[in-house]
Amino acid sequence: MEIIDLKINRKPVRLSVDAERMLLWVLRTDLGLTGTKYGCGQGHCGACTILVNEKAVRSCMMPVKMVAGKEVLTIEGLAQNGVLHPLQQAFVEHDALQCGFCTSGMILTAYSLLKDNPKPSDSDIIRGMDHNLCRCTSYVRVIKAVRSAAISMKSGRTA
Amino acid sequence: MMEDKPRHMESDNVTIDFPISRRDFLKVTGGGLIIFFSAGVLPAQERAPRRGGQDLPTDFNAFLKVGADGRVSCFTGKAELGQGVITSLAQMLADELDVPLDSVDMVMGDTDLCPWDMGTFGSRSTRFLGPPLREAAAEARAILLAMAAEQFGLPVSRLTVKDGVVSDKKNGGKQVTYAQLTQGKIIEKHLAAKPPLKKVSEFKVMGKSYRRTDSLQKVTGQALYAGDIRLPDMLHAKLLRPPVHGAKWKHVDTSALRNDPELLVVEQPDMIAVLHKHPDVAAKALSLVKVEFDIPESDLDNQTIHKHLLAVAPKAGEMVSEGGNLKEGERLAAQTFENTYADYYVAHAAMETHTATAAFDGDRVTVWPSTQTPFPAKESIAQALGIPARKVRIITPFVGGGFGGKSFNLQAVEAARLAKLTGRPVQVMWSRKEEFFYDTFRPASVVKIRSGLDDTGRIVFWKYDVYYAGSRGADQIYAVPHHRETAYVHYTGMAGAHPFATGPWRAPGNNTNTFARESQIDIMAAKVGEDPLAFRMKNLEDKRMLNTLKAAAAAFRWRKAKAPSGRGYGVACSMDAGACVAAMAEVNVNRASGEIEVKRLVCAQDMGIIINPDGARLQMEGGLAMGLGYALTEEVDFKGGKILNTNFDTYEIPRFSWLPKIETILVENNDVPPQGGGEPAITCVGAVIANAVFDAAGVRLFQMPMTPIRVKEALTKGKPEK
Ligand code: FES
Ligand code: FES
Repeated sequence: MEIIDLKINRKPVRLSVDAERMLLWVLRTDLGLTGTKYGCGQGHCGACTILVNEKAVRSCMMPVKMVAGKEVLTIEGLAQNGVLHPLQQAFVEHDALQCGFCTSGMILTAYSLLKDNPKPSDSDIIRGMDHNLCRCTSYVRVIKAVRSAAISMKSGRTA
Repeated sequence: MMEDKPRHMESDNVTIDFPISRRDFLKVTGGGLIIFFSAGVLPAQERAPRRGGQDLPTDFNAFLKVGADGRVSCFTGKAELGQGVITSLAQMLADELDVPLDSVDMVMGDTDLCPWDMGTFGSRSTRFLGPPLREAAAEARAILLAMAAEQFGLPVSRLTVKDGVVSDKKNGGKQVTYAQLTQGKIIEKHLAAKPPLKKVSEFKVMGKSYRRTDSLQKVTGQALYAGDIRLPDMLHAKLLRPPVHGAKWKHVDTSALRNDPELLVVEQPDMIAVLHKHPDVAAKALSLVKVEFDIPESDLDNQTIHKHLLAVAPKAGEMVSEGGNLKEGERLAAQTFENTYADYYVAHAAMETHTATAAFDGDRVTVWPSTQTPFPAKESIAQALGIPARKVRIITPFVGGGFGGKSFNLQAVEAARLAKLTGRPVQVMWSRKEEFFYDTFRPASVVKIRSGLDDTGRIVFWKYDVYYAGSRGADQIYAVPHHRETAYVHYTGMAGAHPFATGPWRAPGNNTNTFARESQIDIMAAKVGEDPLAFRMKNLEDKRMLNTLKAAAAAFRWRKAKAPSGRGYGVACSMDAGACVAAMAEVNVNRASGEIEVKRLVCAQDMGIIINPDGARLQMEGGLAMGLGYALTEEVDFKGGKILNTNFDTYEIPRFSWLPKIETILVENNDVPPQGGGEPAITCVGAVIANAVFDAAGVRLFQMPMTPIRVKEALTKGKPEK
């Protein structure tokens, strides 16, 4: 067991854990943050995507020790004070989901993508999202949602 | 336990044991106006109206309630798997009752609150539940109007309803709400004469696009799936799995785990499980168990499977459809065509793996499984535990994709057994590897077609034999005077056929059947040098199908040419779940790599009256994109009972970058009641790509998936068409 201090969804958290464990399971079971999903456990699907210092990271492959001192954001922390983030809003508006199991990972991957590239072309979006899988598959709508979120974020609608 | 209960699993203050009769349901659901109705297959029509030691109602399997709080609820044993019925069913209810959409609650898949239902599959929810649901809602509205008329002392014709408020047409101030009308009463009614349903022109909520009612929960991470249930003292279980189907363990040594007080080990003759409060810790511990297996020998693999399947197939099949006389047809034919088509095992690969959480309270167990079949789950669990079915409650949370794969409930039985054995709540969440291992794959299958044309290019006979895929989509859609379609072995297989379990897969059987049929049609069209669209139109009589093809052709801007034209254009059509589908594709074939690039996909669909146009398009887009997988890459690799694919690295499913330009067209047809929408569009994808590949490169692919290797093989062989 090790003591690991970090921030999760803007709040300081002190974990006493086996630091080799993957963050996905610590989030889901130790902390009850079940919005982050397990889809493959090997970095292939993106369902477990979270943000570490604003960068999309696959939590199923990320040992807890790697996030010591960092800021983790999960889907539960994206909306603030009951106001949806523009990406969440756009996913709702464009029906960019069906079963919704891939949705947390899609939104957080898109968040990171827009941080790096606030004005992505469709092919930038496709390239940036290509390792997130949606079996249902809502790909067409996700592209639309990300495109429209980019526009509304540029015009200052940030949460 | 659960703080944020999703709307569709609300279940306050359930005190009675298990509702079976109308009376029981009335007690559980509290006051209000209740209308019982039936949809699809009733318990009485199933083999046994007595299941799991309990009598089932024989005349209803769903009901709706107008509550004293003015909210309208529909109770049904179906589940929301992503297909959006939670929204489209609510729309129907809201429209017929004249209430706002957001005052409707769908209570789905809770076996304590909902009457028996066989499950959610086959695009049946809208088709079979829709019409009686609308009737029930219209009936409820008529009853409420009659009650208001009595209260006001006015004739019903003087009244009007808007947003759940009844008012006097001549005196708008005279109003009463549905809630006030049902206040404190329990009214169970049936009208002698059914009130008419609204005409399409009168629709206010139906026929319009609404956003999904569940998306807010899903974009904020609040939607609860089976693996998100958290209960006090809950343990996560990892089970010991054989490396190969049919393998049995000889020696198991769990001694390495003995010294860890946090671990619980369950050893049963047929089940070994390691439990811990964290699933990853349980998984790591399980890997320390030493075990030796007896592994059965088998030489079946992807190369030998079709030969084997044909060898063991029964001689007699199930007649799907028949007309005329094949002998006569052969006599009329100027030329005949005989071909064999085949495809391979395909995984469901829903993003959510099979998961279930189970907890006992006294002698009753509640299970939250990811399932398409809550009532069959209840029965399997009761049977496995040896307890009466009324002691089992299934609450279906959101399901992370099904596609037919979540119908067998093995994981739910495992969780329930472990909860009983350990006396603690238990969650079982399969790993992706377990998911690939225990999936009930779409079966590998073979289709043989012999057909003939007369000298005017009309199809005069058609002999069709499909092995292992099932009959859906095998029936004749063309105007062929002499034909016989036969299906050998259901898609669930038979003993001695498949080396592992098989089952339904999105539009079961129809992807295979449409690929074979539409390829054969194209082959004949090419042989007589006719444009493949014109050839189809000439041989079709069905008006809906002709219209649907025309709609696709207009959107695609199809221009007549005989194949292969080098343009890479393909066309295919199908009937599925009562819907007509026509698809057109444009592809590019890379002759060096064998890769197929699908550039455009246009799909038109006549699905009768459309309840939620945008939802319907979403389902079509989803089906088309998913279809690229079975058409191009998806094939389960196996060696005997060993599944060689364990994750998405070797089993490739469609991704963003595969997307062609997709265009969907809803063909308006208000003469036909709403038909299935979740499955039909996927059925043409394989066929339309195969036909487009022929048009591009002049080679015909007789097997799916059309992998680069198979394309290159076809290009080098240049297999001439018979
Ligand atoms: S669960 Fe982490 S990438 Fe799939
Ligand atoms: S919405 Fe079901 S996996 Fe993406």
